[in-house]
Amino acid sequence: MNAWPVNLAGLALIGLIVWWFWRYRPKAARVAGSQPIEVVVADGVYTPARIEVPAGKPVTLRFLRKDPSPCAEKALFDSLGVSADLPVGKPLDVTVTPPRPGEYEFTCQMRMYRGALVAK
Amino acid sequence: MTAAIPVPATAHRLSLSGMSCAGCVATVENALKNVPGVTEASVNFAEHTATVQGVVDPKTLIAAVTAAGYGAAELRGAEDESEKEAAELAHYRALLRKFIVAGVVGLPLMLAEPFGLMPMLDTSGGRVFWLAVGAATLGVLIYAGGHFFRGAWKGLRAHNANMDTLIALGTGAAWLYSMLVVAFPGIVPSLARHAYFEAAAIIIALINLGQALEMRARGKTSEAIKRLIGLQPKTARVIRDGKEMDIPISEVGLDETIRVRPGEKIPVDGVIIDGHSSVDESMLTGEPMPVEKKVGDEVVGATLNKSGSFLFQARRIGADTALARIIEMVRRAQSTKPAIGRLADRIAAVFVPAVLIIAVVTFLAWFNFGPEPKLSYTLVATMTVLIIACPCALGLATPISIMVGVGKAAEYGILIRNGEALQQAGQLTAIVLDKTGTVTAGRPTVTALVPAPGWDEPKLLAVTASIETSSEHPLAEAIVAAAKEKGLKLSSAASFEAITGHGVSATVENKKVLFGNARLMEKYRIDLAQLPACAAELAAKAQTPMYLAVDGVAAGIVAVADPVKPDSKAAIARLHAIGLKVVMITGDTRVTAEAVAREVGVDEVLAEVLPGDKATRVAELQQRGEIVGMVGDGINDAPALAQADVGYAIGTGTDVAIESADVTLMRGSLHGVADAIAISRATVRNIKQNLFGAFIYNVFGIPVAAGVLYPLTGLLLNPIIAGAAMAMSSVTVVSNANRLRWFKSGSST
Repeated sequence: MNAWPVNLAGLALIGLIVWWFWRYRPKAARVAGSQPIEVVVADGVYTPARIEVPAGKPVTLRFLRKDPSPCAEKALFDSLGVSADLPVGKPLDVTVTPPRPGEYEFTCQMRMYRGALVAK
Repeated sequence: MTAAIPVPATAHRLSLSGMSCAGCVATVENALKNVPGVTEASVNFAEHTATVQGVVDPKTLIAAVTAAGYGAAELRGAEDESEKEAAELAHYRALLRKFIVAGVVGLPLMLAEPFGLMPMLDTSGGRVFWLAVGAATLGVLIYAGGHFFRGAWKGLRAHNANMDTLIALGTGAAWLYSMLVVAFPGIVPSLARHAYFEAAAIIIALINLGQALEMRARGKTSEAIKRLIGLQPKTARVIRDGKEMDIPISEVGLDETIRVRPGEKIPVDGVIIDGHSSVDESMLTGEPMPVEKKVGDEVVGATLNKSGSFLFQARRIGADTALARIIEMVRRAQSTKPAIGRLADRIAAVFVPAVLIIAVVTFLAWFNFGPEPKLSYTLVATMTVLIIACPCALGLATPISIMVGVGKAAEYGILIRNGEALQQAGQLTAIVLDKTGTVTAGRPTVTALVPAPGWDEPKLLAVTASIETSSEHPLAEAIVAAAKEKGLKLSSAASFEAITGHGVSATVENKKVLFGNARLMEKYRIDLAQLPACAAELAAKAQTPMYLAVDGVAAGIVAVADPVKPDSKAAIARLHAIGLKVVMITGDTRVTAEAVAREVGVDEVLAEVLPGDKATRVAELQQRGEIVGMVGDGINDAPALAQADVGYAIGTGTDVAIESADVTLMRGSLHGVADAIAISRATVRNIKQNLFGAFIYNVFGIPVAAGVLYPLTGLLLNPIIAGAAMAMSSVTVVSNANRLRWFKSGSST
């Protein structure tokens, strides 16, 4: 079997992995100011995972945890010093205030669930 | 995209106080309706409650009511863990079912193969059999492994690779390759015609089992919080319209009168208005002795009324009670991470894509340089790399230990503010103890009366107490209390004057009376020669001698001492035993301070330090290279506590709002400090073990899975072994953290 196409495909795949998971920044979901932002916690991802919010104003995220595994139990905003225990199947409001423009990550304890508030 | 999920409107209920007339209703309602986000607000005057609909933080609502001139607190049901436990149990059972189903399909295949019991692929009957096996395995992947594939797909779309990505890719590749071999054997070289259905099924089974075991172990890590929540009584006996009735605790309003009978738990925080009793607060503070409570004293929810029956008025309810604040503080601390865990966090964030890259490199290496059957080796090594890598163990290593450690500390009445304080506490080299109230009881008592010739003890004490009645000095309180205890009649003092740093002067029964230290006597040229020469002896016994002079003549010595707490010496010995330098700091004279120091065995004494200079002295120790812990009361010593690397506020009882302290010790014993440091060290050690284990596992596991040992030893890891190792790695981390639950306080040994 000619190895070249396979090797080239492999290298391209590595490039794709780097770009897709590390370089690419999906567009942040924009949310109306006065409403809470609904964030579904299921299947290893927050939906939406990137949320554009105004800097310096309190913003309420309404987490709805559908994943019963303990991995999804907590939502931590490390840089904002906020954490919440999410109940399964019931919405929970978490209010945070990103002080300055920038990215504020929120994750589960193990950092497998990852999301970000993009404050502008 | 925002997912469309049905979200019920949030309703908040508030208990209101200070509403005297129906006219207040409109004021409060308007105040609430003006809060942004509120869609509806109604006040029930009879119940003194408000119901508010809308998207709003309850704290904002309370602030709005307070600004309108009334009081408010959120009415909230007692926290209920049973719902959470039921959900966890259901998930645990689902994982076990998936393990069994996947195991039932995978295990016979795995066992039969080495014995040659499976039909050959290249016969037509064999192909039908293998196609059926492939279909059964697909069923397993969908039923028992569907959540991994869903997670992987959603993660991929969200540009977020997680553990599901690795498992789905590993088992999915095994299944696809096997189906290819079965369905189109011609396109695969004959040596590489091998199906790996059993590997896919068994790996799915093992990972489900691992998650179930991890869940079990995790349940134990939050035992401390469950215990605290369990302390909350369910009902309260309130008096409404002159009638006593039992109501759920969530219905208790502010200022309501509540009866507590002997043997009952106190439902919320408040102040006794009738009756007296002794109350066991050990469940919150760790302080074993019951506390006497009388009219005007504060009582704390969840503590146990021992002997008497009393009425009290509710002052703090719902989220404002001491218990609720303790739970909140422990929860918050449990979610924080010390610096030691940050590296693992950074690695966990890039881990999965990195493993995917390693898997591709492994594929290419075997594909280019591997022996025949090349395709089989390539697939097995790539699959094993994907399966063995475990980001969970790495991510869990720190938070799970913090959770158990912080929770365990709370059981001993030790509230650790965050993970950083915990890590710092593990590195302390010196501990500074404030003398008064920390090493000593903080309640001075009269220990000796030495009258001059012509005087007797009662007369000496009566005159001294008469003049000290007007003083606010802590020593004065001790003298007045001693006189009252003896039933002495006190006279009124006129022309009272406090002479800072010296003592006091006044006129009692038309006589000029001076009371103070030796410097005061010197200043007024009082001859002390006729007094017994016992002042030095008293000072050497940590008693502070004070002199009384009447009309210019020495009348006697009153010695006052703040007794050392009975267990201070033993606790300081423990601090020494864990290698700390113990320093005592005090505003007292050097002689008195050194006497206390000798009694309890500290290494260094910083005496005659003005209250404002304590922080400076702590900073000086830090400049000498010490990592300093400071123990003191949370209010007067706040600057020193903040200056220290770790500040311990001691003896706060259930008053947990000590912002200046990194660690709040609810009981008064210095053993709490030793326990806090011991728990911190044990937790940090546990984190290090976990991190080491998780790093080593991945650092060695992934290369071995990729086959780095193959050229030397011919060893290539079986993907099923990799699956078992991966499943057990997080269980091991959680179980190791759970060992912290067996931590025992050194004070009881």
